[in-house]
Amino acid sequence: MLNLTWLIPVFPFLAFVLIVLFTNPNKKLSSGIAIGSVAVSWVLSWGVFLQSIAGRIGMGEEAFRLHVPWLPTGTEWFPMGVNVDPLSAIMLFMVPFVCLMIFIYSVGYMHGDPRYSRFFAYISLFACGMLGLVVADNLLMLFIFWEIMGLCSYLLIGFWFEKPSAMKAGLKAFLTTRVGDAFMLAGMLLLYSQTGELTFAHIFAPETLEKLAHSQVNLGFLGSLPWASLLAMLIFGGAVGKSAQFPLHVWLPDAMEGPTPVSALIHAATMVSAGVYLVARCFPLFTAVEAGPQLGLVAFIGAFTALFASTIALAQDDIKRVLAYSTISQLGYMIAALGIGAYVAAVFHLITHAFFKALLFLGSGSVIHGSGTQDMMEMGGLRKHMPITFATFMVGTFALAGVPPFAGFWSKDEILADAFHKFTEHGIASWPFFVWLFLTLAAFLTAFYMGRQIFLTFYGESRRPHAHAHESPKSMTYPLIVLAVFAALLGFAGVPEEFPVLGHLLGGNPFHHFVGHEFPATPLNGLVMLISVVMALGGLFVAWLVYGRSPLKEGQPDPLIQALGPVHTVLRRKYYFDELYQATFIRLALWLSEICFAFDNKWVVDPLVNLAGRAGVALSDLGGWIDRTFVDGAVNGVAAVIGWMGGALRQTQTGRVQNYLLVAVLAVFVLLLISVVI
Amino acid sequence: MAQAIFIILSLITLGCALVVVTNRNLFHSALYLAFVFVGVAGLYFMLQAEFFAGIQVLIYVGAILTLIIFAIMLSRDLMNPNVRGFNRQWWAAAIVAGLLFVVLAVVLWRAPWPAAPVGEPSADFIAELGQALVSPAYVLPFEVVSILLLAALVGSILIARER
Amino acid sequence: MVPLSWYLIVAAALFCIGLYGILARRNAIGILMAVELMLNAVNINLLAFWRYLTPAHMSGQVFALVVLAVAAAEAAVGLALIVAIYRTRDTVNVEEVDLMKL
Repeated sequence: MLNLTWLIPVFPFLAFVLIVLFTNPNKKLSSGIAIGSVAVSWVLSWGVFLQSIAGRIGMGEEAFRLHVPWLPTGTEWFPMGVNVDPLSAIMLFMVPFVCLMIFIYSVGYMHGDPRYSRFFAYISLFACGMLGLVVADNLLMLFIFWEIMGLCSYLLIGFWFEKPSAMKAGLKAFLTTRVGDAFMLAGMLLLYSQTGELTFAHIFAPETLEKLAHSQVNLGFLGSLPWASLLAMLIFGGAVGKSAQFPLHVWLPDAMEGPTPVSALIHAATMVSAGVYLVARCFPLFTAVEAGPQLGLVAFIGAFTALFASTIALAQDDIKRVLAYSTISQLGYMIAALGIGAYVAAVFHLITHAFFKALLFLGSGSVIHGSGTQDMMEMGGLRKHMPITFATFMVGTFALAGVPPFAGFWSKDEILADAFHKFTEHGIASWPFFVWLFLTLAAFLTAFYMGRQIFLTFYGESRRPHAHAHESPKSMTYPLIVLAVFAALLGFAGVPEEFPVLGHLLGGNPFHHFVGHEFPATPLNGLVMLISVVMALGGLFVAWLVYGRSPLKEGQPDPLIQALGPVHTVLRRKYYFDELYQATFIRLALWLSEICFAFDNKWVVDPLVNLAGRAGVALSDLGGWIDRTFVDGAVNGVAAVIGWMGGALRQTQTGRVQNYLLVAVLAVFVLLLISVVI
Repeated sequence: MAQAIFIILSLITLGCALVVVTNRNLFHSALYLAFVFVGVAGLYFMLQAEFFAGIQVLIYVGAILTLIIFAIMLSRDLMNPNVRGFNRQWWAAAIVAGLLFVVLAVVLWRAPWPAAPVGEPSADFIAELGQALVSPAYVLPFEVVSILLLAALVGSILIARER
Repeated sequence: MVPLSWYLIVAAALFCIGLYGILARRNAIGILMAVELMLNAVNINLLAFWRYLTPAHMSGQVFALVVLAVAAAEAAVGLALIVAIYRTRDTVNVEEVDLMKL
């Protein structure tokens, strides 16, 4: 089965090609092909996953690799291949399955869309990108698939491009992530220049890392750094863009302009987690230097983003935007976890988050589909009309808020426990303390805004006249149910070993043993767990106090506005980051563009080009005259001479046999005459 | 005596041949051609090739000439004396042919030929000819000629048949 | 006794007369007749050489016989061609039969 790993991204790509080239007019067939291809990939992926679980011991420390020569680079061939290690395997468990659920969901959600087939083509290409990224065995391939996803993200955010906001959102996402990608590309090139390798197995070999950690790079006035730190920070730049971390987080909320399955697939479950995956994949590089600034940077960005995004989520009214900020916040958790070295916890949270966030997004899509609005202030009372959506949404909410025993509780708690453990080791003035503090606060806020969402959406009475909410079709609810099962139960794969009763019963944290047996397990800390449960339940309780006890009536403003005052405005405007970027980077870019334009069009380039053009025209005229007079004359003269000669010779070729015969006889006569005379 | 007969015969033959190629009227040409053939047969006779003289008369006069006359009859307007019978190079052709004859005659005249025949043909050389034709030496040309004749027969019918 | 060269000269004369006919005639049947004259000249040569140089051998005779047969075949095919051309083109003028001329 492992030998077939390379086929996993191929099937969705074939589906993309087939749909684009052949089956575009046939909607049913197109979606069937897309779903079928992902289903095949899913079966293959789970086969690979199961085999790597079963063969964990046999595989030993070595990852499975399969590669072929690809690009000739000087003296060697750059290989292209697949790489299956526990991290890839666990991603292969999650990605195709979530993709499949969302593909099925899309059949119902996109029903009746004029560009239905195209939608499936795009998401198939996206699936190819994500699966390829997961199995890639070198950084270059990873980058290629990374950019394929970026392209799909752009196309899908702007899928309804008739809406100017969607078009702009697509552009924003593309450009913002491009900033991060530029860093990543720089890091990749520097890495190649330093090591001559991009294959993971080689760049993460201990001797290579050793070399990178001990060679310094001089950055001028910034001082000098080990190469490993610099490369790690540059690659982290790519992750910041893709995973929408501060300060490149601005694109993700706007990306909600895309169809909801896209939000679920790309902007919650898979693509945005690719940034986290990248950092996890390059984790040996990040930890190559013990005391480097790179881990501190990662931890700070992650923890800050987690708290910062969750505060914004408090004041949003759009159901999908709340979830988008929640995604940013949760990705911050993962990044922060990686920053403090909690590799296993980060990957665990990545997997569980993918399931419950996909569930929440699909649930919100179902709500939007059923109620016809995205504004939570216009919803209310949907519990009665959409029971399945409500139930599954509740599961997702509990998972996200970290209510035991749902999946999010176990994974979030592992991050917090790791942070707590590290800060007790390092003292209170260390990164892990701030990470723990920020993440704990964020956990409270997460529970609160999710509670707010639940109460505003499903409880109380409808705040919109003539609302006829209805449950969504089965193709939408079934994926919700399946995902809800996973969101509820998946956490049991990572219950800490020392946890009373459950820990032993569930095999002593199999997730940790599978993904990160080389990392020591964090000891169970009852205090941390208690704090996190209190935070989760407390957040939900406060939400009930504010929104649940007395449901909002139609036209009644959000009670938070009064409670928070001007702070609410700041939060509602997302700390004015869009405006800030508008005023600084975008204006600067526009101003630069203006200057470049003027330089180009008015001052230097165009006049030069025009001058060159005029000179060229003048020269050409001269050349043309010379051509016509002398060259043409010569050519025509030769042709005329030859033509004249041909005409003369032509006279001899009469086509009459008798003429020829006469000449032949004459020749015979002459020859005979010669023989006679001589 | 023989020389006198030869000269007379040759002059008649060549004269008739000249008429054949210069007469405008093809029908007349054909009639004169018959005289040429008979004259040539006479020459054969003088060469003691009586058999050839016989088949010359039989085949040329009897078969080929008949065919030619048929062809002349089948194509109308050929005997019309108003139609130009010769092309524009006829004078050049005459000069070249004449010059060629002169050169050939000079060559033949100068060549050291034996004054008299080196021997006499056997009495029944016709029988010998017949045997020679089926002998290993000549059977192949003989058979090839027969095939050629068959092919010519079939080909002529095929070409000339009405479609 | 007639010398050999006389026969040869007469044959050469006949040949050149035939040659003139071939070169100057416009009519295909006329050309064919001229060809027959040339073939006769050849046969005179062959038989003269046989009689004077190799009377004991049959080569000259056989050769003459072959020429005769070829002449007959040539006449048959040539005339058939002429008839066919006349039927389709309504002429036997070789200067007008130029369908294959570029």
